[in-house]
Amino acid sequence: MIELVWLIPLFPAIGFLFNGLIGRWFNLDKRIVSWVACFALGLSFLFSILIFFALLKLSPEARAVVPDRVLFDWIVSGGLKTVVGYKVDPLSIIMALVVSGVSFFIHIYSVGYMHDDPGYTRYFAFLNLFVFMMLTLVLANNFLLMFVGWEGVGLCSYLLIGFWFDRDAPANAGKKAFVVNRVGDFGFLLAMFLIFAHLGTLEFNGVFDGAHSLDIVTVTLITLLLFVGAAGKSAQIPLYVWLPDAMEGPTPVSSLIHAATMVTSGVYMIARCNILYTMAPVSMATVAIVGAATAIFAASMGLLQFDIKRVLAYSTISQLGYMFLAVGVGAFSAGIFHLMAHAFFKGLLFLGAGSVMHAMSGELDMRNMGGIWKKTPITFWTFLIATLAIAGIPGFAGFFSKDEILWQAFSSSHGHVYLWLVGAVAAGMTAFYMFRLVFVTFLGGCRATDEVKKHIHESPSIMTVPLIVLAVLSVIGGYVGIPHVLGGRNIFHEFLAPVLGGHPEGTAHAAFSLVKSAFASGGAAEGSGINMELLLMGVSVAIAIIGIGIAFYLYILKPEVPKRLGERLKILYTIVFNKYYVDEIYEACFVKSTKKLGTFFWREFDDGVIDRSVNLVGGLMLWLGRVLRRIQTGRVQGYALGIILGAVIIIIFLIR
Amino acid sequence: MNLEGFPILTAVTFFPLAGAILLLFVPKAKEEFLKWMALGISLVEFVISLPLFIYFNEGVAGMQFVERIPWIREWGVTYFIGVDGISLLLILLTTFLTVLCILSSWRSVGRMVKEYMIVFLILETGMIGVLVALDLILFYVFWEVTLIPMYLIIGVWGGPRRIYAAIKFFLYTMAGSVLMLVAILALYFLHGKITGEYTFDVLKLYQTVLPINTQYLMFAAFALAFAIKVPMFPFHTWLPDAHVEAPTAGSVILAGVLLKLGTYGFIRFAIPLFPVAAFKAAPIISILALIGIIYGALVSMMQDDLKKLVAFSSVSHLGFVMLGMFAFNVQGVQGSIYQMLNHGVSTGALFLIVGMVYERRHTRMIADFGGLAQVMPVFATFFMIVALSSIALPGTNGFVGEFLILLGAFKANNVYGILGATGVILAAVYMLWMFQRVMFGAITHEENRALKDLNLREIVTLVPIIIMIVWMGVYPTFFFKKMELSVQRFLYDVKARSAAATTAAPPESGPVVIEQEHDTMIQPVTEQEKE
Amino acid sequence: MFSGVTPIYFLFVSAVIFAIGAVGVLIRRNAIVIFMCIEMMLSAVNLTLITASHYLQSLDGVLMVFFVMTVAAAEAAVGLAIFVLLFRGRGTIKVDGINLLKW
Repeated sequence: MIELVWLIPLFPAIGFLFNGLIGRWFNLDKRIVSWVACFALGLSFLFSILIFFALLKLSPEARAVVPDRVLFDWIVSGGLKTVVGYKVDPLSIIMALVVSGVSFFIHIYSVGYMHDDPGYTRYFAFLNLFVFMMLTLVLANNFLLMFVGWEGVGLCSYLLIGFWFDRDAPANAGKKAFVVNRVGDFGFLLAMFLIFAHLGTLEFNGVFDGAHSLDIVTVTLITLLLFVGAAGKSAQIPLYVWLPDAMEGPTPVSSLIHAATMVTSGVYMIARCNILYTMAPVSMATVAIVGAATAIFAASMGLLQFDIKRVLAYSTISQLGYMFLAVGVGAFSAGIFHLMAHAFFKGLLFLGAGSVMHAMSGELDMRNMGGIWKKTPITFWTFLIATLAIAGIPGFAGFFSKDEILWQAFSSSHGHVYLWLVGAVAAGMTAFYMFRLVFVTFLGGCRATDEVKKHIHESPSIMTVPLIVLAVLSVIGGYVGIPHVLGGRNIFHEFLAPVLGGHPEGTAHAAFSLVKSAFASGGAAEGSGINMELLLMGVSVAIAIIGIGIAFYLYILKPEVPKRLGERLKILYTIVFNKYYVDEIYEACFVKSTKKLGTFFWREFDDGVIDRSVNLVGGLMLWLGRVLRRIQTGRVQGYALGIILGAVIIIIFLIR
Repeated sequence: MNLEGFPILTAVTFFPLAGAILLLFVPKAKEEFLKWMALGISLVEFVISLPLFIYFNEGVAGMQFVERIPWIREWGVTYFIGVDGISLLLILLTTFLTVLCILSSWRSVGRMVKEYMIVFLILETGMIGVLVALDLILFYVFWEVTLIPMYLIIGVWGGPRRIYAAIKFFLYTMAGSVLMLVAILALYFLHGKITGEYTFDVLKLYQTVLPINTQYLMFAAFALAFAIKVPMFPFHTWLPDAHVEAPTAGSVILAGVLLKLGTYGFIRFAIPLFPVAAFKAAPIISILALIGIIYGALVSMMQDDLKKLVAFSSVSHLGFVMLGMFAFNVQGVQGSIYQMLNHGVSTGALFLIVGMVYERRHTRMIADFGGLAQVMPVFATFFMIVALSSIALPGTNGFVGEFLILLGAFKANNVYGILGATGVILAAVYMLWMFQRVMFGAITHEENRALKDLNLREIVTLVPIIIMIVWMGVYPTFFFKKMELSVQRFLYDVKARSAAATTAAPPESGPVVIEQEHDTMIQPVTEQEKE
Repeated sequence: MFSGVTPIYFLFVSAVIFAIGAVGVLIRRNAIVIFMCIEMMLSAVNLTLITASHYLQSLDGVLMVFFVMTVAAAEAAVGLAIFVLLFRGRGTIKVDGINLLKW
């Protein structure tokens, strides 16, 4: 069964080819297109599940060393041998499950959402292509094939962001995404070169087995460069600027690519390379710091945006920051855990936003909404569930994952209390702006125009069923990772342990044993009893509730307050509202200067210097010719004189 | 090995010439017939070049299909031709692209069709001749033979400034090759003085051991000629003019094959004849290559003429080729050769595409377009795939070549690899920005609304290229197997002979070779020769 | 045979006549005069040949003189025909007017 892993990416690839070539050429009926696309995904998901269960049958140690399934040699040159091969282990199968599963539901949602779009077939073709690339990325057994998937998802992101290419904004956004991604890919490439130069192979098995032979400088360089790649793909500082613009694409695209899957590639990559990262504390610190900084920075920008999708975009960047914070402090499985939970609730949030757009006749500005919860019940309740999850309210998926991250940030050997502090503050901000979103969009009075109000309706079931499914997952998805301190068993972490190492358990065990001893001695807590983890857990829940409370106050109870606050802190407000002018700074620093350089090289140098010297040589020849032609006087006697003189000279020489 | 004694290599080389002579007898009024006949000739030529590929023995590193007939005995000139893994693929590229060129010239060549087709076929003979010649004089003859047809193509059927461009192209290239001729003769005489045998046979000349300073000078002469052809910075300025003024098919064959003759010249002649000098020159050439990559990309970005943009992108791409070649390791050289093929396919396709747009609107200015994807979706798809190949998206052929080149360059010198990799970012920028300005966005000029999408002939021209882009990108081992031994032999020879030469003189500091133990070396295999 | 008058006198005369003829070819502008000077040069050469032939007691030189005179005659005929045509075409027989090969 496990050898069939290569089928998982193959089905969407076939779906892409079918819809892309045959579907477009023969203008197939929409139903065929959607059936093919969704069916392909369904098969992918099915096989992921089957292989997952096949993997479970093995013992935990055996799961990490399942032999790779190699299809054929790809690039073989000298000492370099890369294959098209797939790796089945706990990490890759979890990723495959998340990707294929969430994609499957988003495909179904898209059938309804994109129903009236003329580019229907093209949309599904690209969406299938994307899933193919993403699955290649997570299932690859070597860096180069992963890079294929890596750039491939970048390509699909480009194509899908710019899906409505007849408008300038989406086309620009797509180009921006691709170029910024490429900057990250540059780092990835250099990391691969370093890896090959020192280890002679690019296969995961070979690299990780041989990693111990690397010296710390090399490992640090490799991991930092890999992180550059991850930062580009997963929108961390300073390469996050493409993600908000990416909202120009269709909403299911934003959900799938820019929330659930593509943007998580960087986290996956770092988790996959955990052996390398644990050898390089400097890199880990960098990752953690950048992650934490991104988390709070992006959260701050999400506080003031009015476009629903923009808020969610900044939220995504922020949550990704959390994931990087997790892997940066060595809590690799916590990062993956949050990745999974995030896929559920953020995917749901975007789909919900799409549903709201659908209901509000294309409106996305929350200032023009309000009070629609009665008319769009399923959308509202699922959206609320997702918001509770992202805010980290106990009982929902986000609580367990986010909490584990915060705890590890505090307690892990790579962690630090400041990291926890930043994370906690960002968590509060998250709760605040997400509930702001909910309150302004769904509750209160309706600020929409009458025309729009007439048409507010719930989405068709083909769109709401995926919402419900994802909502359910947003609740139960967390229960695979209940921390010990609450009496549960983190089966998620255990499942991934053979691949990701068991680091965090160390500290958790210590805490657990403390609690155990506390209970064992019949409840007589010896004063050492304040369990840090429980305490922090309580703090973060409290922060979340405070955030919700502030949002409630500002947007339900006293809606006129935000405006007054905005007036009073006008400068701060403007800076944050304009996203700290980062885009403008980039434009001025990088874009304009590159263009100027290009023009300079062209006009001044190429035309001015090089071409001018070439033409100068030509001119020189012409001048020389003009001078020399005067010898040709046309007078025969002159020539005769020359002949005679020459003859005389020769005779003189001969006589001597 | 001559396929049961049949001189297939001569056939492949001269068949186009024979076809051209046949065309002479067709009355010039019968234009349709001429076109079909030329197409037929080029197709037949492609078909007869396939046995070279099929019967090529991958286990042999030396020359195959060798033919050797004494030509001018008194001067040691022989008609000596053969292929090895390196030239084989380039020959197939030539025959493949010529078919597509003739196909694309169907409607765009309005006058003097007969002369055009004849000139094109003669050009094909010249190009293949350069690739198979193993005697220096024979090589030089074919080298010059490629100049005149190209000059005519640009000068007669080209754009408004065609005379300037054609003359510039011709004189610039000729200046370099004349210097090379001097070096060839010098080599001839020196070799004769040392060994007593006066010959132009390249394989024998490889063995010449020359004093170091002489080597430097002669390498410089050869390198100049080839550097102008490649074109390397700063000798590249003839290229944009030549490309802009040439007709579409002329640009395709110029970019697709003629430029490769320069890089091929390095691998076949300049480096193996003067290995010590080549090693010593590697830093200079690598730096020029890097400048070419980055400079070419930056200038390309700001162009307002589509063809000039693609022309400068050629400078950038061939910078990669030279960078890989002078890394002197297996990955670099294999990547370099593969990228030669890739560039021929992708940039050739880009010129075809630009030509298709030009045929419709008679302008190449980017500003005159915008939003074309709405009216020409099929075209947009093809264009996108070709553009992605040009920026080396994994899965396309361009990635395989660029990755290997950068890997090889990185191994040779970390800084070169890092700088070269920035080209990856720049390529995405200029290509995607151009694509967006031309294809995406709203339709800004009303004339563009009426444009017709691709017709059958144009699709037939582009589909083989798309197939090659995908095939070469997904399954490159099919092509790599052919060239592997030849490349290894090339590297082995070069390193061995330069080591031998430098034990006499103080050791030169060439690029640091890290991965010696990873490259499987083979003993030089005796060539298969047959009179 | 003649005492006092050695062959050197003849050679000297011949040289002088040749030089005068040569200078005349270079300096004179009238084409017919140039032609006459050329004939002078040829005569000078004839004189040299006869002298040498007599001095060396051989008939070779004399024979050559016949050839030279024949050639001179033929050349004169053709040359004068060319001049007639030139005059018809250019309107002048002065050699500086015949300068179509000028740059």
